[in-house]
Amino acid sequence: MSTTEPFTIEQFYKFIVQGKLMAGQCKKCGKIHLPPRPLCDKCFSHHFTWTEIPRKGKLLTFTVIHIAPQQFQNMAPYAVGIVQLEKGAKLPGIITNVTQEQLQIGMELKIEFTECDKTQTWPQWPRYCFKPLQI
Amino acid sequence: MDGKPLVSIVSAGLSKFGKNEGLYARELFAEAVKEAFDRCPRLEPKRDIKAMFVGHMGESYEHQGHTASTVADWAGLLNIPATRTEAACASSGAALRSGVYAVLSGLADIVLVGGVEKMTHRSTAEVTEYLAMASDYPFEQWHGITFPGLYALMATAHMHEYGTTERQMAEVAVKNHYHGTLNPKAQMQKEITVETALASRIVASPLKLYDCSLITDGASCVIITKPDLAKRFTDQPVNIVGTGQANDTIGLYERQSFTSLQAVKLAAKNAYKMAQTKPEDIDVAEVHDCFTIAEIMAYEDLGFAPAGEGGKLAENGETCLGARLPINTSGGLKAKGHPVGATGTAQAYEIYLQLTGQAEKRQVKNAKMGLTHNVGGSGATAIVHIYRSETQ
Repeated sequence: MSTTEPFTIEQFYKFIVQGKLMAGQCKKCGKIHLPPRPLCDKCFSHHFTWTEIPRKGKLLTFTVIHIAPQQFQNMAPYAVGIVQLEKGAKLPGIITNVTQEQLQIGMELKIEFTECDKTQTWPQWPRYCFKPLQI
Repeated sequence: MDGKPLVSIVSAGLSKFGKNEGLYARELFAEAVKEAFDRCPRLEPKRDIKAMFVGHMGESYEHQGHTASTVADWAGLLNIPATRTEAACASSGAALRSGVYAVLSGLADIVLVGGVEKMTHRSTAEVTEYLAMASDYPFEQWHGITFPGLYALMATAHMHEYGTTERQMAEVAVKNHYHGTLNPKAQMQKEITVETALASRIVASPLKLYDCSLITDGASCVIITKPDLAKRFTDQPVNIVGTGQANDTIGLYERQSFTSLQAVKLAAKNAYKMAQTKPEDIDVAEVHDCFTIAEIMAYEDLGFAPAGEGGKLAENGETCLGARLPINTSGGLKAKGHPVGATGTAQAYEIYLQLTGQAEKRQVKNAKMGLTHNVGGSGATAIVHIYRSETQ
């Protein structure tokens, strides 16, 4: 993986478009940053390499959102959770293909990248979601 | 209990909390300021007040930024430094702390600190969106995580780790609604039952409507000065003897724990140390119950209960008026209301009333030490103040 891309949120989402979950790893102290940051919050280095995070993880906590913001209202109720990934990375996101009864702390999930309508306004980030590995 | 006074509160004011139709932020703020001036006839506002700090979260509500100068103008206070502080729901806790900085620095000896938010003219969907701005945009809001959703994530984790129950959370709501009936300025004026709370509609599971604080219009302020000037303005000053503030990651997902707020623990530790006091010495507290689970976590993070046992404190009624440690006698964010920018100094207002014996039907007997706990967002800001009465 090239190290020329900037270690930014914008670049994180560019990788998501390519179907890759990429974190920055500090060259000095080794800390993994997901999302990537241009300044290591542990040692203040600004030298990083990209490292791919495997797509499987475990659910740490969850909720089912019934009262949603305007643009998510057609999806409500929907589940969201915080997922523990490998290499110490964590990420929040929507969980699909699951019922409220099936949701369980510790269940195995896999991140999937979804297509997103391109709008003219900022931001144009794609979305991703988590799906159960097996039910 | 021997902490040195940092500053003294000599007066305080609060607008009516609720749906104040047709009243905008500057008008609500003027109502709070008027009460503070009326309570303190020896103060000549135009001569004495040397600076202002005003907490306000969202310019989206009224399409109005530049809040401090706007509300200072309507309060009749021109020609002084007026500065807005923004730390989401802890915006006026930050105003109070900024006022402490200003007085202690010697740059301003009498400072008006306050906060305001006008919210009820907007739809629930709009308010949901504006409140979510206190959380991380690219990884939380962008993926549909609402503000109640973040506290629901903490509630699920707390229930899983400690066995906290939905009934214990409902008990917090029942208590705060009861306290609200004793506060004429509270938005909610009716008692509820545990059954009503448990049967209310789900907002973000396990949190239901009665687990959530309110959408409110309101303003609050307190006037602080150097302790050696306080007696010039009032015979009953309340001293602030401890202050603590800390931050944490903006994204909840980056934290080590979802069952406690590290920023609160740090802010409390610093405030207790400065005040040379401990949780057992507190007689009355206003805590940031933006959601019922937040009050339970506050009990634990402030040292009123061991980790995991906050729910039991609520269930056993130990934080109700008349019990061992009355918490949120004002009704809290749950029943008094939560005009976000006004909340921090509204908590200080309640403690000021309690420590000067002016809390009427909800007065805590012999209250001498008070505490306020103001949290921004999902805990990326926490501000704790400790107060001591010098006359009760």
